[in-house]
Amino acid sequence: MWVYVGRRLLLAIPTLLGASIIVFAMVHLAPGDPISAVMPAESSQAEIEATKRAYGFDRPLPVQYLVWLGRVAQGDLGKSVATRRAVILDVRDALANSLVLALSSSLLAFVLGMAMGLLAAFRQGRALDKLASAVAVVGVSVPHYWAGIILIIVFSVQLNWLPAMGAANEPGVVEYLRHIVLPTVALALIPLGVITRVVRSAALDILSQEFVLALRAKGLGARRVFSHVVKNSAPQILTVLGLQFGFQLGGSVLVEAVFSWPGTGYLLNLAIFQRDIPVLQGVILVLATFFVLLNLAVDLLQTLIDPRIARD
Amino acid sequence: MAVSVALVEAPAVAVTPMSYWRTVGWRLSRDRATLLAGGVLGLIVLSAVLAPWLAPYDPSAGSIRLRLAEVGAPGHVLGTDEQGRDMLSRLLWGGRMTLVAGLTPVLVALVLGAALGVAAGYVGGITNTLIMRTMDIFYAFPAVLLAIAISGALGPGLANTLISLSIVFVPRVVRVAESATVQVKGLEYIAAARASGAGVRAIVRHHLLANVLGPILVFASTQVSLSIILAAGLSFLGLGVTPPAAEWGLMLNTLRQSIYINAIVPALPGVAIFVTSMAFNLLSDGLRDAMEIRG
Repeated sequence: MWVYVGRRLLLAIPTLLGASIIVFAMVHLAPGDPISAVMPAESSQAEIEATKRAYGFDRPLPVQYLVWLGRVAQGDLGKSVATRRAVILDVRDALANSLVLALSSSLLAFVLGMAMGLLAAFRQGRALDKLASAVAVVGVSVPHYWAGIILIIVFSVQLNWLPAMGAANEPGVVEYLRHIVLPTVALALIPLGVITRVVRSAALDILSQEFVLALRAKGLGARRVFSHVVKNSAPQILTVLGLQFGFQLGGSVLVEAVFSWPGTGYLLNLAIFQRDIPVLQGVILVLATFFVLLNLAVDLLQTLIDPRIARD
Repeated sequence: MAVSVALVEAPAVAVTPMSYWRTVGWRLSRDRATLLAGGVLGLIVLSAVLAPWLAPYDPSAGSIRLRLAEVGAPGHVLGTDEQGRDMLSRLLWGGRMTLVAGLTPVLVALVLGAALGVAAGYVGGITNTLIMRTMDIFYAFPAVLLAIAISGALGPGLANTLISLSIVFVPRVVRVAESATVQVKGLEYIAAARASGAGVRAIVRHHLLANVLGPILVFASTQVSLSIILAAGLSFLGLGVTPPAAEWGLMLNTLRQSIYINAIVPALPGVAIFVTSMAFNLLSDGLRDAMEIRG
């Protein structure tokens, strides 16, 4: 098992390095060179050259990459071209807001999805099962940014119950909760669909195995059988949960744009339109690192729950 | 990903057993949800193709006096947008853009991904490691983030949307194609073909592809709805199709400011995206069931 853990940890390193190369390459994907785009129009050629040297853009690409990687490893993501603030500070604040949103929407999707998936599996073919299947299809088919707009139209514009935009300006738990409700619901739709579907099929899979029949034959009540089913489908459910949480964190750009929620997605959106490449790189690199580490944690946790996985 | 073998399920009356594809067709013809989804999808595609003839107005001709007309307004069945342009005409024309932007990346991924995946799976060794580890890197990013990041770096435009979405979907198809190929490659009939002197090209063409393409095709079909949602999402952020062209995501974006004046019309482009993506999802579910592919 420890061999597996060690190998899995080592495998994460090339993935992270590869991701960093992609993020680094983004500067050079952009049309034009990264400095001319942000310099004032009247600046002279000499000034542009000087700025390029100051940022190290005059050196060969591999050297630029290594220098950049060295700085990143020390937690220095550079300075925002637009605000001159250290990128790491902006990303940190935004990440905190995104984490809260990802946690709340994952929690909502997890509780509802688990309940619906399990109930559907135990009531296969009945009305409840059909409802769960419908929720699953709608969840993965609905454009969540549009769902966000619909929520705003209904609950902010028409009913005037909840605020349409931003995080709370005034302190207070109630205000904060009032602001986070709508983005949470919008963001929870996709994972709700996915989790319902996976939980249902995992539970059905376990229910069809012989040991469940044996448990029932032994005279175990429905509740005890239920707990066996949940325990046995745990590794599969855990994987989908971990992945969905990662998707929530990295995939909230559109929802954050709809609700002006001050998270990483909002920051990324801002960076794109200000052509603020250091911020763009910083956000993506931090989110990708988070995503890779999360996948790693899920894998390791899985082997802890079910040691059979490591032996495969 | 398991590759299923054709299962002959002869109905009691039939004398000769049906072929695999006839069985698939027979199953599909009895699946009402899939047929309905296919019908809806057919209508959507047809209306997009025939937009120039169906649209009652020029999609970019606006009128200051007729801004944000309600649904059912005289002359404008689905109302008008914030510039007084006819919504029905724009939705019809917008469907063309959204479908092109959503379907092309999946087609590109299907061709490129299948080629890379089958090569990696069949050749194995260093080639496999090289291709698969490179693809793994793209899995370090959630799909939405990768699409937005690449589009953000490249800048707005339809071509850039197609590039960034293709980059999202190619690695996914490669993974499925590789694992299906590895599985089929180990089966005995491939060994038998090789023992009887068949060359690599003949084996891949006659024995491998026939059994690998099914799962790859079904997987690609499950990705279409995500591709459409992402393509419209990029336009929604201002990174995709540029104004004044009509595209569903872009329409949703420009109409967003008007929800305080008219609650129904700004929601319509989203309804179109939703219905299209749901029809694709139901159709691919039905296809997977009919072809007996688990995955």
